[in-house]
Amino acid sequence: MSEPVAVKLTAKDFKSDQEVRWCPGCGDYAILAAIQQFMPELNIPRERTVFVSGIGCSSRFPYYMNTYGMHSIHGRAPAIATGLSVSRPDLSVWVVTGDGDALSIGGNHLIHALRRNVNLKILLFNNRIYGLTKGQYSPTSEVGKITKSTPAGSADAPFNPLSLALGAEASFVGRTIDSDRKHLQSVLRAAAEHEGSAFVEIYQNCNIFNDGAFDQLKDPSTRDDYLIRLEHGQPITFGADGQFCVVHPPGGFGLEVRDTNSVRPEEIVVHDATVTDPAYAFALSRLPGLDLRNTPIGVFRSVDRPSYDSVVQAQLAAAKAKVTETPEQQLAGLLGSGDTWTII
Amino acid sequence: MTKQIRQLDRVVIRFAGDSGDGMQLTGDRFTSETAQLGNDISTLPNFPAEIRAPAGTLPGVSSFQVHFADYDILTPGDAPNVLVAMNPAALKANLADLPRGADIIVNTDEFTKRNLAKVGYQTSPLDDDSLAGYVVHPVALTSMTVGALAAHQVSKKDAERSKNMFALGLLSWMYSRPYESTLRFLERKFAARPELVAANVAAFKAGWNFGETTEDFAVRYEVKPAKMKPGTYRNITGNAALSLGLVAAGVRSGLPVFLGAYPITPASDILHELSKHKRFGVLTVQAEDEIAAVGAALGASYGGSLGVTTTSGPGVALKSETISLAVALELPLVIVDVQRAGPSTGMPTKTEQADLNMALYGRHGEAPVAVIAPRSPSDCFFAALEAARIALTYRTPVILLSDNYVANGSEPWLLPDVESLPDLRVEFATKPNGEDGTTFLPYLRDPETLARPWAIPGTAGLEHRIGGLEKADKTGDISYDPANHDFMVRTRAARIETIPVPDIEVEDPDGDARVLVLGWGSTYGPIGAACRGVRQRGLSIAQAHLRHLAPMPANLGEVLRSYDKVVIPEMNLGQLAHVIRARYLVDAISYNQVRGLPFTAAELETTLEEVLKNV
Repeated sequence: MSEPVAVKLTAKDFKSDQEVRWCPGCGDYAILAAIQQFMPELNIPRERTVFVSGIGCSSRFPYYMNTYGMHSIHGRAPAIATGLSVSRPDLSVWVVTGDGDALSIGGNHLIHALRRNVNLKILLFNNRIYGLTKGQYSPTSEVGKITKSTPAGSADAPFNPLSLALGAEASFVGRTIDSDRKHLQSVLRAAAEHEGSAFVEIYQNCNIFNDGAFDQLKDPSTRDDYLIRLEHGQPITFGADGQFCVVHPPGGFGLEVRDTNSVRPEEIVVHDATVTDPAYAFALSRLPGLDLRNTPIGVFRSVDRPSYDSVVQAQLAAAKAKVTETPEQQLAGLLGSGDTWTII
Repeated sequence: MTKQIRQLDRVVIRFAGDSGDGMQLTGDRFTSETAQLGNDISTLPNFPAEIRAPAGTLPGVSSFQVHFADYDILTPGDAPNVLVAMNPAALKANLADLPRGADIIVNTDEFTKRNLAKVGYQTSPLDDDSLAGYVVHPVALTSMTVGALAAHQVSKKDAERSKNMFALGLLSWMYSRPYESTLRFLERKFAARPELVAANVAAFKAGWNFGETTEDFAVRYEVKPAKMKPGTYRNITGNAALSLGLVAAGVRSGLPVFLGAYPITPASDILHELSKHKRFGVLTVQAEDEIAAVGAALGASYGGSLGVTTTSGPGVALKSETISLAVALELPLVIVDVQRAGPSTGMPTKTEQADLNMALYGRHGEAPVAVIAPRSPSDCFFAALEAARIALTYRTPVILLSDNYVANGSEPWLLPDVESLPDLRVEFATKPNGEDGTTFLPYLRDPETLARPWAIPGTAGLEHRIGGLEKADKTGDISYDPANHDFMVRTRAARIETIPVPDIEVEDPDGDARVLVLGWGSTYGPIGAACRGVRQRGLSIAQAHLRHLAPMPANLGEVLRSYDKVVIPEMNLGQLAHVIRARYLVDAISYNQVRGLPFTAAELETTLEEVLKNV
């Protein structure tokens, strides 16, 4: 899908003339800047890039990108983007969504886009709160969260977005953080290169309604002990001194965190994003606790599976390949097919 | 024995049986044979929503009515002259529709004590005098079919299942139908199982020969070909015609057709049909729900396809929010609503015209769209082309209101010359349209059509963002300016109101009618037949039929006001009448039925005569 362009683009080329209107201090600014800076290296002409969004703070994103873009309906971006992507395989189609947009009102479209493996790059800005409607709990808010609509604490169990995406047969699943530009760009790079649906959860701070939700993952004094930076082909160790690691517990189903000193080196899991069985990536997605300890970031899963777009386009191409007539001749033949009779 | 041959000008036959008896197929084949003969035809299938309701019960009865004549006809006929009843349930469910003197062919094998009890017959109606007013032909259809296939290598079950071909053979003999197309059809249908071809052909011939030899059928009938315009014809249902119309719209516009659809009765056949036409570049997506179906269609339109979504009333309700987005985005979109009886699941296999209000008004905000409705099965082809024309030219959603009656009914269709179909080519925007020569203004309108430029992704230099937020005139930037919103709302309304649509034509052969009957959509046939009946009695009446419901023809008000009385028959509680009264201050008389069935010409005729008496 990428093709060299005559003039090398820069971040500035991807900035639209619109005034950015997120709250000062919002994590969305960092994500926008990171993406504008990262887009030129994809070597995809601006006119072949489309951002489609739903409704919510994050969904204002397309207005600020100097590409094609559509700010659509709450929850429906994956459906609209599916129609665009499958009918226009020459385009690079990105969906920008939030936790309410993607996981609540649009949950159905998200899971079906992922299972079909539509060639979409889906960026879910997860701030664990409804921002644009001013502070109700979201489907990723913690149980017990006090918000305007849950004064006695939320009774809902939250979704784990990555577990959900993996259950929906996603072929690419990753996670990153708004404040870590380098990491964010590395995950997006891998997502952009992936053929099919790429689902990326971006932890994003809402400084107005849920400030500090991911502070432990950002604070220099805690982040190294909390974050697991997944690197394909590398043993999974973390902590300031590499003092923690991830192992398959004997007799267990999932993965567990141990002290590196307490296990033999060969017991440490070597990260492989290409494992066919989604159970591995799923186990990774279950590592963090409510306190954000043991939060993996990076590419959890990246497996090859034909994209919906490519299968559909191949069917079209196969049908068209047999055609020898002009469209008008074909149409005349179609209209006159079946039992006909002629009156003179 | 030489049988007497009697000439008839028209016949209505109803084939009725259990859902599994193959009555739709039998009716379909009889129709095809009849079409080959050159009669004019109109058909009406009537089947339950259940795929296989319990065998032998009243809810499981499926029927197919075919009306054929030596002149042009407008409806599938009010009352059958002949009923083929494959079991007691089929007899009981349909008897009330039969006029006295009608022929009833019954499959006596199914009139067992158990089957009679299932539908509440204490005694067999074949044995008491309850059918005394009819001409009953008792035929042991099942056992004769099984007997005829004794030498064939088929199971007893397959032999019994061939009884519909026996019935078809008998009726084909009775009405002197050519059967070659049926034999060809059987060869195609059972190509993989030659033994079934042989069995079905044998059953058909056994039925034919039974008619020829038995004394119970003393008379054979002929219906001469109708005088029809020269040309090549095929018999076509509304759903098939609509599908072909969409394919034709793709060819004539040069755009790929994209269908996003979710299965729903009675619209699914359009999805099935369009899925076959990939060689035309028609791309179909069976979406996860109705909302995704229209969303995908809109996304495809944004990318430069002719986006289409097909559904029925409940589906339109779900799509409403996306249709409003399409109004705001000003992109082409065709929404096909094959109406069925509602509300909610209602009677999904029965017809109704009760989605007009929803089509005209069923959205949030001021969200006008164009609305058109086909008047007959073959007209669905042209209505689809017209919907595409309006959508593409004026960059707007168009709702096409078909209904179950035209969708599943069929009639002969004079095949149009492809070159005579409208030219639907469109031009995408290719360069900046701002005065400075470099700026692109996505909401700068064509002064004539008020359409905005269609700048599809992939076009360098025209990168722009659109969305559901209100847009500033010309630039398309987000705008909360009060005056701008007022202007944009009025402009969107004007965009639809100023679409030029053909004037409504009035049919008044006597030229002195004082009463006008106004209809829309699928009621054209019954209203036309009723008007003919009225005129045959020496009375004058005028008929006009609306194809465009939004915008309405410019001359409509003048036409309405030139009659003393206006009658509006509808299969709803007066939705068009309400609009007409509000828009034109005309005291229209509303005549309504919501029985899930089309009007009969006879009942409309009676109603119109009552009105005429009081002029």
